[in-house]
Amino acid sequence: MIWNAFLLAVREIRRNLMRSILTMLGIIIGVAAVITMVTLGNGATAQVAAEISGLGSNLLMVRPGQRMGPGQRSGGKSFNLEDAEAIRQQVASIVAVAPTANASVTAVYGNENWSSSVVGSNNDYFITGNWELAAGRKFSDSELKSGKNRCVIGNTIAKELLSGEDVLGKKLRLGSFSCEVIGLLKSKGQSMMGSDQDDTIIMPIKTVQRRLSGNQDVSMIRISVKPNIDTDVVNRAITMLLRDRRHLSDNEKNDFSVMDTREITNTLTGTTKVMTMLLGAVAAVSLIVGGIGIMNIMLVSVTERTREIGIRMAIGALEKEVLLQFLVEAVVLSSLGGIIGILLALLASSVGSALMGIPFMLDYSIIALAFVFSAMVGVLFGYFPARNAARLNPIDALRHE
Amino acid sequence: MKSREAPLIEFKGVVKAYGKGGSEFLALKGVDFQIHQGEFVAIMGPSGSGKSTVMNVLGCLDTPTSGEYLFHGVHVETLNRDQRALLRRNYLGFVFQGFNLLARTSALENVELPLVYRGLKRSERHAAARKALELVGLQGWEDHAPGELSGGQQQRVAIARALVTNPKVLLADEPTGNLDTARSEEIMALLSRLNSDLGITVLMVTHEPEMAAYANRLIHFVDGKVERDQYQEAKQ
Repeated sequence: MIWNAFLLAVREIRRNLMRSILTMLGIIIGVAAVITMVTLGNGATAQVAAEISGLGSNLLMVRPGQRMGPGQRSGGKSFNLEDAEAIRQQVASIVAVAPTANASVTAVYGNENWSSSVVGSNNDYFITGNWELAAGRKFSDSELKSGKNRCVIGNTIAKELLSGEDVLGKKLRLGSFSCEVIGLLKSKGQSMMGSDQDDTIIMPIKTVQRRLSGNQDVSMIRISVKPNIDTDVVNRAITMLLRDRRHLSDNEKNDFSVMDTREITNTLTGTTKVMTMLLGAVAAVSLIVGGIGIMNIMLVSVTERTREIGIRMAIGALEKEVLLQFLVEAVVLSSLGGIIGILLALLASSVGSALMGIPFMLDYSIIALAFVFSAMVGVLFGYFPARNAARLNPIDALRHE
Repeated sequence: MKSREAPLIEFKGVVKAYGKGGSEFLALKGVDFQIHQGEFVAIMGPSGSGKSTVMNVLGCLDTPTSGEYLFHGVHVETLNRDQRALLRRNYLGFVFQGFNLLARTSALENVELPLVYRGLKRSERHAAARKALELVGLQGWEDHAPGELSGGQQQRVAIARALVTNPKVLLADEPTGNLDTARSEEIMALLSRLNSDLGITVLMVTHEPEMAAYANRLIHFVDGKVERDQYQEAKQ
């Protein structure tokens, strides 16, 4: 009985091909939109997670002051090199501790000049920032201890100031002093936020403190935690140590903050996930609109085919057989729309993810869900017209013009 | 033509009312008759006399307001919608004035339609449909849609559709109403032949005495009642 109803439905859909396609369009667009949105959203989430892990995994960043909200920090006295040394010696399970001091400079070489930022730190900075050298060497112990005028430069500086020629041994002038280039960093490209990560100059922190900032402040301490160690434990140990060193009593709040890259990852991927869900929900609304389109056409179809229904009833079709015929027709229509929508979504999301440069993350459960949902739309919105057909009085239906 | 065996169809005081309360209208005002297996009955009468209503009740498409309708001993007035549909499916065949074929559907598919509801296999349906089409003289026209057939041919497809289930009774509502005289004669000859050769009981509503002449019994309705009920020598 169902097979017959299915064949009838296919015949009816082919008979009114243009109208059937237009009817299905709502479902096609709805299903395609839901799957494409979710697929691209998943890809974007994976991309964000991958980029953050490029920052350095298991990284803790300690800064003075408390975050007050976006971009705001309340005061808190700076750290010094002894704080960093205390962390290195007293906190377990850490790989690298890099105290940093930052300054903005205009670097000059020959007739070229270039505004950039200088990071003063130690060799652990290369570990915490996932930096590798393309050429040259890192700082020697004596250079770090005495704050020699040596620098390791990023790719952008090499290109803009030194026009890409052999950079090692060149002397850049930074305000009142000049420093010798001893290393070149491997290019990292743009960061997630769009800034150029290669536009950087790294020097021993003592050089920056003495020559550029003029104080002993450490603006941030970056700490790499051993892999497979819970960063929360390390975070708590650091917090306790620093509270102690900064003489905070039990009822005082921290006047510094410890940021965990894992938290940033969670926050950002969480945001993109919420966006994905929102977009998916909006797309799902179009599925319902598509369902209403099917109901509309099925109602028209029942009216158009009233006489046919009368003939079928006179011949001996039962109420439920007429109901089933129209219900199956609606379900076939909507499921077919669902299948076409899925194919369209595969195409759109593979093209879309290629264009956006994000991984193609197909979620099979979403495809199954979208298909089941489209079939359900057919049942839901096909039932009312089908019931109308089944309840027709055969005499009136036969007389219908 | 009277028979002592139990009648196939029996109407006992059948009343059919349309509307309710003050606007009530009685289409049938107490109708009694018996029809036996193998009869060819023409139901005649002016418009509004109730002959179409009788046809609808006979065809189990409508139920009497009061009175009894026995088909094969079954009280049709007590059956529900689906039970009446099953009775139509298994025992009755319909032929309408307007043919009522499915448009854009081949003659073969139109004829096999009742068998679809009987749950027959495709091959069995096709064989039976071809046989029925042959019986009405339409072999070779199986793949033609109603739009490609003449009125007389369409009505023969409709008769084949009614016959394909081997019904006990063939109900024909003005079967020649849309046809010219020559085609009408052909259709009547066909009905007459089905009656005499296959023994199918034929009940036909008509307002044309020339067509009624093919029947061997004539029931004349006036104002919702049987005015005359007589047997006659059927024209061959």
